[in-house]
Amino acid sequence: MLQHIHDTIIAMATPPGVGAIGVLRLSGKDAIVIADKLFPHKDLTVAKTHTLHVGWLMHNGVPLDEVVVSIFKGPRSYTGENVVEISCHGSVFIQQKVMDACVELGARVAKPGEYTQRAFLNGKLDLTQAEAVADVIASNTEASHQASLNQMRGGFSSILKQLREELIKFSALIELELDFAMEDVEFADRTQLQNLLLTLHATTKQLIDSFRLGNVIKNGVEVAIIGKPNAGKSTLLNALLNENRAIVSDIAGTTRDTVEEVLNINGILFRLVDTAGIRQSDDAIESIGVEKSFEKMRQANLVIYLFDALTETREELADAIAMLQKDKKQFLLVANKMDTIYQPINEKMRRDDIIGISARNKEAIERLENAMVTAVTNGDVNTESTLVTNARHLSALNEVMKSLNDIQAGINNQIASDFIALDIRRCLHYLGEITGTITNEDQLDFIFSKFCIGK
Amino acid sequence: MFPEYDVIVAGAGHAGSEAAAAAANLGSKVLLITMNMQTIAQMSCNPAMGGIAKGQIVREIDALGGYSGIVSDKSMIQFRMLNKSKGPAMWSPRTQNDRMLFASTWRQMLEETPNVDFYQDTVKQIIVEEGVCKGVITGLGHHIASKSVVITSGTFLNGVIHIGEKQLGGGRISESAATGITEQLVSLGFESDRLKTGTPARIDGRSLDYSKMEKQDGDEEIVGFSFMDVDKPKADSQRECWITYTNQEVHDILKTGFDQSPMYQGRIQGVGPRYCPSIEDKINRFAERERHQLFVEPEGWNTVEIYVNGFSSSLPEEVQLAAMRKVPGFENCRMFRPGYAIEYDFFPPTQLTYTLETKLISNLFFAGQINGTTGYEEAACQGLMAGINAHQKAHGKEPFTLSRSEAYIGVLIDDLINKGTDEPYRMFTSRAEFRTLLRQDNADLRLTEKSYNIGLAKEDRYLKMVSKREQTERVKEILLQLPIEPIEVNMFLNEIGSSPITEKYRAAKLLLRPNIELADLITAVPKIKEALIEYSADALEQASIQLKYESYIEKEKELVDKMSQLENQIIPDSFDYNKVPALSNESRSKFLKIRPRTLGQASRISGVNPSDVQILLVYMGR
Repeated sequence: MLQHIHDTIIAMATPPGVGAIGVLRLSGKDAIVIADKLFPHKDLTVAKTHTLHVGWLMHNGVPLDEVVVSIFKGPRSYTGENVVEISCHGSVFIQQKVMDACVELGARVAKPGEYTQRAFLNGKLDLTQAEAVADVIASNTEASHQASLNQMRGGFSSILKQLREELIKFSALIELELDFAMEDVEFADRTQLQNLLLTLHATTKQLIDSFRLGNVIKNGVEVAIIGKPNAGKSTLLNALLNENRAIVSDIAGTTRDTVEEVLNINGILFRLVDTAGIRQSDDAIESIGVEKSFEKMRQANLVIYLFDALTETREELADAIAMLQKDKKQFLLVANKMDTIYQPINEKMRRDDIIGISARNKEAIERLENAMVTAVTNGDVNTESTLVTNARHLSALNEVMKSLNDIQAGINNQIASDFIALDIRRCLHYLGEITGTITNEDQLDFIFSKFCIGK
Repeated sequence: MFPEYDVIVAGAGHAGSEAAAAAANLGSKVLLITMNMQTIAQMSCNPAMGGIAKGQIVREIDALGGYSGIVSDKSMIQFRMLNKSKGPAMWSPRTQNDRMLFASTWRQMLEETPNVDFYQDTVKQIIVEEGVCKGVITGLGHHIASKSVVITSGTFLNGVIHIGEKQLGGGRISESAATGITEQLVSLGFESDRLKTGTPARIDGRSLDYSKMEKQDGDEEIVGFSFMDVDKPKADSQRECWITYTNQEVHDILKTGFDQSPMYQGRIQGVGPRYCPSIEDKINRFAERERHQLFVEPEGWNTVEIYVNGFSSSLPEEVQLAAMRKVPGFENCRMFRPGYAIEYDFFPPTQLTYTLETKLISNLFFAGQINGTTGYEEAACQGLMAGINAHQKAHGKEPFTLSRSEAYIGVLIDDLINKGTDEPYRMFTSRAEFRTLLRQDNADLRLTEKSYNIGLAKEDRYLKMVSKREQTERVKEILLQLPIEPIEVNMFLNEIGSSPITEKYRAAKLLLRPNIELADLITAVPKIKEALIEYSADALEQASIQLKYESYIEKEKELVDKMSQLENQIIPDSFDYNKVPALSNESRSKFLKIRPRTLGQASRISGVNPSDVQILLVYMGR
């Protein structure tokens, strides 16, 4: 049986850092008691369920934030337990302080998916939707996960469901050839299968590709700004931060011992890696070469290579690019101090992918920002479109892709249809990991409803 | 008058005969009770064994030491390996049998089996003491004690035969029904229900014009079912079968009988199988089809009786005959007996455990049509498993079960006890998710050792399997090593339109090409022939399949491993489903009823939502 079902848990209910407010959620029998201790304005323990309360949170005599507290008493709550939601201002710093305060007062930081787990163990969740439950199971094994639940967005499962049905229909036709070969049956149309395969392939690929974007929206994208001393890294950093003042805070990272800055550009979170290092390298440590700063970019998803438009030689730039390509990092080439040269930078460097800016004059910063967003989303910033955010689903989709390729290869090699059927089954199996189980009866039902079988 | 038996088997059809043989061969003292000693192992419907998926089952029965394969081989009049153009998982042996020879061979083999006693009587009741079955009470009033009882009642429990508007009580035409058992079991708390099946008319072969039909010959090579050496007919002596078709005229005449049809007038309540519909059902449900195929099958070596496969009907006799006479070749046909439908009692098999023992009464086992299945092969394999387990139980030994990845038999029993069935259950290869592993050619490699370990498969069978296994490994080794030079094989490759090789190839690699079989290579390349000269044909075939289809076999093994993760999650007997509020009511009641042993089993129970299985997973503290 589950341990810890009786303690009170806390986690962010909104993605960290994004938006004007952030919601922390407490769940468990002491949820209201803990919130009450931080909320001197009113006695929350006597508050009615489903009520809102505005006031300042105080901890050890220090005001934390002015917040809205929502009270949900069990069983009429998301988890079925007492739940308190605290809506604070959207600063990671403040949210962390509130969370720390709650933990000090007896709450425990929730494990990934624990809310949903409690919700369905208390019979609160709509269990006909296997999806939500499956997510919990998945998040149990995903260590690197935010406490809030990652739901798939858009019509992901409905698209797959439809394709799966088509595939079941098709596999039924193949089974018909196999199990009833001795009878007067029609055979499965291979051209139809080809078309279905193409559709499935395209959809699956699209979903797999969306994982990267989904992941970015969920976790933020790590960015490293590298370049020689005096390239203007810290000036650029400040320019970016000024432009995006919605969220600026220094927090000591919990998972890494560097200091990071967080930017929100068009709703996408960018985490700047080792910004402390950037600040230092520009000001003080003259001796650090380019090689040294390349070390910083190891953990980054996106690298900004910043150079001085006036002094950088073509050879130096070529070296830097070679190094970036060797590491297979996605990168942007940014020329700073454009105000010091007259020639267009792409002409000077004989490339057409350099973004010229002036960090000091805050010129063309927006162009850089757009380039950063485009680099992450491939231009697709429509977060309403279908996204895969769950690693388990991604791995299932990868297997789907593999078996689709096998089916195709089987058809090309004119292999016996029972082997094609095997690959179709594998494909259905992995689709089933996302949409629910497929039984052999599904195929037989289809056969019997459509075909005159039997002697 | 009777001693105490270890195992009593009630019914001597395909299930009962296998049950009696298995229990006796394991050392139990067995009494086989049948209503008629003359109809032991009767083929009530078509005179054939095997076919797609069913042939695999017969091979499995044989590999385990059952008799059905040997009897079928000895009594065959035609052999065909079906689906030979597909992959080896689809190859399915099928025999056309001499109905009378089949039954007499079975009876002879049972008579030659030590420890089997026979008695002609009807079982009216079982003796139950404190939830344990202790024997049976017969129609003649005998109380016969035993440690286990296996009931294989076929279509006899409250059987009702329908021909047009006529209704007759009976278990087969001209044979009486069995009564009493259903009523007693229901009073003990069992659920029972009705099923329906049917059989076509038998025709006088002397009245047919075969020149209007297509001939269907047997194979040139007779493989048979048994892994042991059994006397089989010579290939050129096989009897041929015939194919003909219905037409619109036939359909029109059949339709004139619909107002007297027991099916359409609601006199038949039981559900019939969708895949074995009566001819009237076919023309009714598939009105757009202009014709339906009929297989014209001889009933034996020395009889003119003909079985018309595909013309099962419960319409009035005169309608059946008039319609049939419009079929090409049947213009002057004479009927030996009409087709009919039969309704009978079965007990939804979700009331059974993996050993086919009932959950309600221990030491009581069910096998065959009583469990809602159809088909000789399905019945026989259940009989075998029930017989084995009745013996094991009587002697306090471990249950003997097979999993879905080990045998079609495992698939069948797992489906039955978890999903139940709404219609007579027949095996299809598509029911087996691991059919690439469950081939007819490797049934011995899969199962004989397991059977040998409990003492059923005999020493000679076991040694034969071991020898095949070892030889197979050696042949694989040789083929994987043996280098073939371009000059040795390119002429052959050219001949068959396969691209020539430009450098040295291992023999096994050539085998991977779609249109190259080991037999071809042996003929074409002397070096390969020489290297393999001392190995048996079985081993060569086995090695060739394993090498050629390795990638697919491996893929399936991966899926087996994936599945076994859930299979290995044991649900404790004490697990309290009522303490899991999140379960849907439907799933909860199914879990309480079936009491799955593992999460894998739980996931296969019909009507159970996958999310409910996930909840169990979480609750069990994953």
